[in-house]
Amino acid sequence: MREVTPRSWPAFVVIGIVLLYAFVMLIVPFATVIYSALRDGLQAVVDTFTDANLQHALLVTLVLTVIAVSVNALFGLITAWVLVRQRFRGRKLFDLLVDVPFVFATPIAGFAVLILFGREGWFSPTFVPIVFAYPAIVLVKIFVALPFVTREVQPVLESLSPEPEDAAYTIGANRWTTFRRVLLPEIWTALLYGIVLTFARTVGEFGAVSVVGGALEGYTESATTFIFRALKDRNDTAAYSVSLLLCALSVIILLVMSRLRTRIAHRA
Amino acid sequence: MTDLSLELSRGRSGEVSQVPYGTWGLRLAALTYLVAFIAVPVMVIFTNGLALGIERFMTSLTRPETLNAIQLSIVTSLIMTVINTVMGTLTAYVLVAYRFPGKRLFNLLIDIPFAVPTLVIGVMLVLAYGPQTIAGAFLNDTFDLRVVFAAPGIVLALLFVGYPFVIRTVQPVLLAMEPNQEEAAHTIGASPWTTFVRVIFPALRPAIITGALLSFARSLGEFGSVVIISGNIPMRTQTATVYIYTQIEEGNIQAATAASAALLFVSFAVTIGVDLVLKRRLAGGSPHA
Repeated sequence: MREVTPRSWPAFVVIGIVLLYAFVMLIVPFATVIYSALRDGLQAVVDTFTDANLQHALLVTLVLTVIAVSVNALFGLITAWVLVRQRFRGRKLFDLLVDVPFVFATPIAGFAVLILFGREGWFSPTFVPIVFAYPAIVLVKIFVALPFVTREVQPVLESLSPEPEDAAYTIGANRWTTFRRVLLPEIWTALLYGIVLTFARTVGEFGAVSVVGGALEGYTESATTFIFRALKDRNDTAAYSVSLLLCALSVIILLVMSRLRTRIAHRA
Repeated sequence: MTDLSLELSRGRSGEVSQVPYGTWGLRLAALTYLVAFIAVPVMVIFTNGLALGIERFMTSLTRPETLNAIQLSIVTSLIMTVINTVMGTLTAYVLVAYRFPGKRLFNLLIDIPFAVPTLVIGVMLVLAYGPQTIAGAFLNDTFDLRVVFAAPGIVLALLFVGYPFVIRTVQPVLLAMEPNQEEAAHTIGASPWTTFVRVIFPALRPAIITGALLSFARSLGEFGSVVIISGNIPMRTQTATVYIYTQIEEGNIQAATAASAALLFVSFAVTIGVDLVLKRRLAGGSPHA
């Protein structure tokens, strides 16, 4: 389709409607949260972040997110490769499974972990606590963002012939070298895009994390559960400040996404 | 040129590596990952539901609070899908067809809902359209319309969360469209409206349906933004996910079990149903799919 400069009045009306809708839906809410956080001055925001519980919550969020994203990056990549390059019974079914987290309500994901590992769960652990502790949070974080890496890498792999990989392997390159020298240069933008989406989804997860016990102050509490508690306690400035921090993070995520998309578009 | 590369990629895709390297180790890793993290949770929820027994399952499911919550989820998601589909298609069209200042920035902002945590989306919307704001007070006084802590707020939150879905599925199809069809229609005297309805829309239909269904399925399971904006009032603003969350928090495991299994069943039915419909359509359908 060719891009044109709008001339007729219906064109202007349509553009106006679209921009107004985006303004009301996206821009106003985004701007309001910034305004609300800074209304009492920057000092109030800064003071919020001196709270030791909040600092702990942010650290927990970061560390657990990095673990979950690493697991999904590694296994998501392997899964994409296996689904594209191998043929086996049940492949279609496994391919379908990848999309499940997209439609799986996150509190239900947390509920599944409770049923398995909770106090009266099927495999109630005796030595290592899972529920109301870090392992359960990592589990649900892995689950909610599982599809992204696989779904970004898969189409790129499909568009690549397996021949260079086969050739490299045949002339004696080992699997790791083949991956690093032949495959990675072709797929890294898609892989990175998938990782950024995974990060965005994982860092802001709330429903599942809250259900599996991610709200113990100074222990399992993370950024989102902190906001939820602050709202309940009517500690508005704290809630808005952390919301502002997560918004700032999402702006960075958006910019990275856009850079990567341009690269992907240029390649295609 | 395009045809040739398409032909080549068709020839390639579906091709399988000839060298049996990494067959078992990597396959085992991938399948274990999918089974452990996806098949197990799905089975746990359904097995747990079945373990209740039909009678107790039905008793929990037919509680007015449960039925009401599931109904509210479906109705708000449907309203959201209708609005989002129309506005999403229009937005994608404007983005591809017209040149206007600030377009690159606009294209960047469309993905905001992918990048912002859903809980924060709820906070934003309460702050922007709550009763204490200018917009919220205006709607309340003039139209007696409560947005926040009421059903319209839930639709608003779902619209925010679903904003990119239709746009991002329709946009690439529009970009890939050959301009000459449109020009031909124009040359033989079709108005822009006729061109859109008769030429552009039919080519877009599969992408529009896909985007609409994706956003619908996503909305049924949405939680973070809804729990904030709905105010969680039983029988009035409690959606299925918020209801399930509340039951778990209160230790009402039987109710949570039945509602979880039911909601998942509906979500899967929608997704799989859509998939089947689309495949049948596309079997004899347009080349733009």
